[in-house]
Amino acid sequence: MDISLSRGTRWSARARRGRGVRRNLTAYGFLCAALVCFALFSWYPIVREVILSFQKTNFIGETKWVGLKNFHRIFQDPSFSAAWKNTAIFTLLALICGYAVPFVTALLLNELRHARGYLRFVVYLPVMLPPAVSVLLFKWFYNPGPGLFNEILRFVHLPTLAWLDSSKTALISLVIVATWTNMGSGTLIYLAALQTVPAELYEAAELDGAGLLRRIRHITIPQTKLILLVMLLLQIIATMQVFIEPFLLTGGGPDNATVSVVYLMYQYAFNFNNYGGGGALGLMLMLVLVVFSAVYLRLSRDDRDSRPARV
Amino acid sequence: MKRARRLAAVVAGVTALASVAACGSGSGNGDKGGSAADVGPLDPNTKVSITVGCQPPKSSKALRKEWDNDVAAFEKLHPNITIVSKDAFPCEDPKTFTAKLAGGQMENVYYVYLTDAKNIIENGQAADITKYVSGVKNYQYLQPQLLNVFKGGGRLWGLPKTNYSMGLLYNRKLFQQAGLNPDQPPATWDEVRADAKKIAALGNGIVGYADYSANNQGGWHFTAEMYSQGGDIVTPDGKKAAFNSPQGHAVLQNLQQMRWTDNSMGSKQLLQIADVQPMMASGKLGMYLSAPDNIPTIKDQFQGKFEDYGLAPMPGAQGTLIGGDGYMFNRKDTPDQIKAGILWLEFENLTPGKGQFDWAQKNADKQPVGLPQPNIFTGPPAAEELQVRTQNANLPVQNYKAFADGDPKVKYRLEPPQAQQIYAVLDGVVSSVLTNRNADINSLLSKAETKVNGILANAD
Repeated sequence: MDISLSRGTRWSARARRGRGVRRNLTAYGFLCAALVCFALFSWYPIVREVILSFQKTNFIGETKWVGLKNFHRIFQDPSFSAAWKNTAIFTLLALICGYAVPFVTALLLNELRHARGYLRFVVYLPVMLPPAVSVLLFKWFYNPGPGLFNEILRFVHLPTLAWLDSSKTALISLVIVATWTNMGSGTLIYLAALQTVPAELYEAAELDGAGLLRRIRHITIPQTKLILLVMLLLQIIATMQVFIEPFLLTGGGPDNATVSVVYLMYQYAFNFNNYGGGGALGLMLMLVLVVFSAVYLRLSRDDRDSRPARV
Repeated sequence: MKRARRLAAVVAGVTALASVAACGSGSGNGDKGGSAADVGPLDPNTKVSITVGCQPPKSSKALRKEWDNDVAAFEKLHPNITIVSKDAFPCEDPKTFTAKLAGGQMENVYYVYLTDAKNIIENGQAADITKYVSGVKNYQYLQPQLLNVFKGGGRLWGLPKTNYSMGLLYNRKLFQQAGLNPDQPPATWDEVRADAKKIAALGNGIVGYADYSANNQGGWHFTAEMYSQGGDIVTPDGKKAAFNSPQGHAVLQNLQQMRWTDNSMGSKQLLQIADVQPMMASGKLGMYLSAPDNIPTIKDQFQGKFEDYGLAPMPGAQGTLIGGDGYMFNRKDTPDQIKAGILWLEFENLTPGKGQFDWAQKNADKQPVGLPQPNIFTGPPAAEELQVRTQNANLPVQNYKAFADGDPKVKYRLEPPQAQQIYAVLDGVVSSVLTNRNADINSLLSKAETKVNGILANAD
């Protein structure tokens, strides 16, 4: 009796497992496909890139292990320090502009009662343009001769600027382009976050006589703190990889004033055929970004943990 | 006695060297140790199929039709050979070229820029074709400096297709408007400066002289300008930078004066080729450095007019930067494939009046005929090619007379070693001079010299 019972229990457990596997087969299929895609197009290139940074190769001749020689050579390149400096300044400026502008825009849009949908569309419009098109549009805006910006400055009797043609204004000019092309997405995310803030809080604050700035400081910012923090980190990760703006607008010039780490990486790999050097730069950038990504993951986990469990 | 011993030593030495050379040639890449039969002409009964790169893209209808017709005519002439054309635009994309070569995806007969040939030879990625070219009729008349690009270790690894040398492209219409004689383009840099000033004085946003200063193109043009003044970018042994010289100073000083003193270079800088060609097409630019092949591009892509443009040799005429392209052979090619490939290249690229030099057909197809280049031949084939080209010219060839007469007298110079890295450094120098009124030329050249010396020291 005991034997038949335990056999029955075993069979039913097996059957349950079998049913479970069958039920989840589709999910496993999707998971495998995703894993294969990640392995092929993300993880393998990362591993390959790490290996590459310690090798000397042009993929044609003999591949040699060179230890830290690629890193040593990169450190000696005067463009290396310029690239990191420019990337850091660009990231900082892009955060100041690219972080504040979409947030303020979202606040304004959130306060509006009319034409909200139309304005949202207008704000999001630059995101829909292919990046190369937006960037080339700015090439004309920045033309020191008949460019739009200098025409405006002339119209209001202000001195014109050299924009991209001056090492003093070139980097900030790139920040303006990046902010304009990317602010649409940020604005929509902030707007969505703002709309989760309970209206009663604002009503209570208004009854207590709180003005707009106090409402923002004491209600809006604390209520959207997490999304602001996550966006900040995502923006750092994205802006540190700036490439298309210097590539299309300035070619890294004038005199290395806009060369970024990713642009330098591109130069090493595709113009100098020094894949090891490009790999070394890529590894350095990756390590820096890993730190920010780790913080991002930690914050996401905190966010999940702090949410009430679903019933 | 002593003399006899010395003679014996010399003979022994020469014999030893000859043996080493023989061993070396025998182990060359792509030389599969073929027998004497391999070296003979291709057996007409042997069926051979080869893939060939750089078929014009479908968007270039006339050129593609000409290529396809050439393939059909060739296959009729050699029924045992099948040409499988591979199209691409551009024919060589530096970003995918290496991957294609490394991945074994290269055609049997593949297209290369002259600047890549050295690397390919050094990496053993081409077949040795030395013993197969003896039957090529015009081989001995190919320009030696072009052929030298495809030589390495005393062997031949490819054949040239076209060449270009830089000159001064100018807008004849603006020359006339500025009171200059368009049939007497500037021959020195002082004359360029003076003419640029007069052209810029026309106003209305017209620029007298434009130069590149971004994406390594500034360094490329700086090199051309250095050569034109008799200067050099690196020392003859390729170990040290050589541009911090009186010629280097003269090049930058000239640009600085045109940009800031004369204001003849316009306010927009960091220009690249894609910025300058539309300026020339729209009649807003007087002069820039260019190869003859820019003229059809300006006409086709930016709606310029052939009759508006003239071409002169490099100002200063001490030297000019040359470039071009050619074909090399896949190292996995069989001897028969190499023979078939050479027959095709001889038909398509190396015979006046045929293939790329079939000027009568090109004229009938309304393709531009009459540009002073490509000019890959010397001696009788050069004369024959020029005659056919002149007979079928549909471009205003008199506008290129100054270039046609002057360019062959200018010394042809190739790019320096580590060209792109050096150009990247020199880009910074040129862009500084063109964007900073107070740029210190001495300091810029000195810093760039240190950087380039570092690049050359690290190159192996």
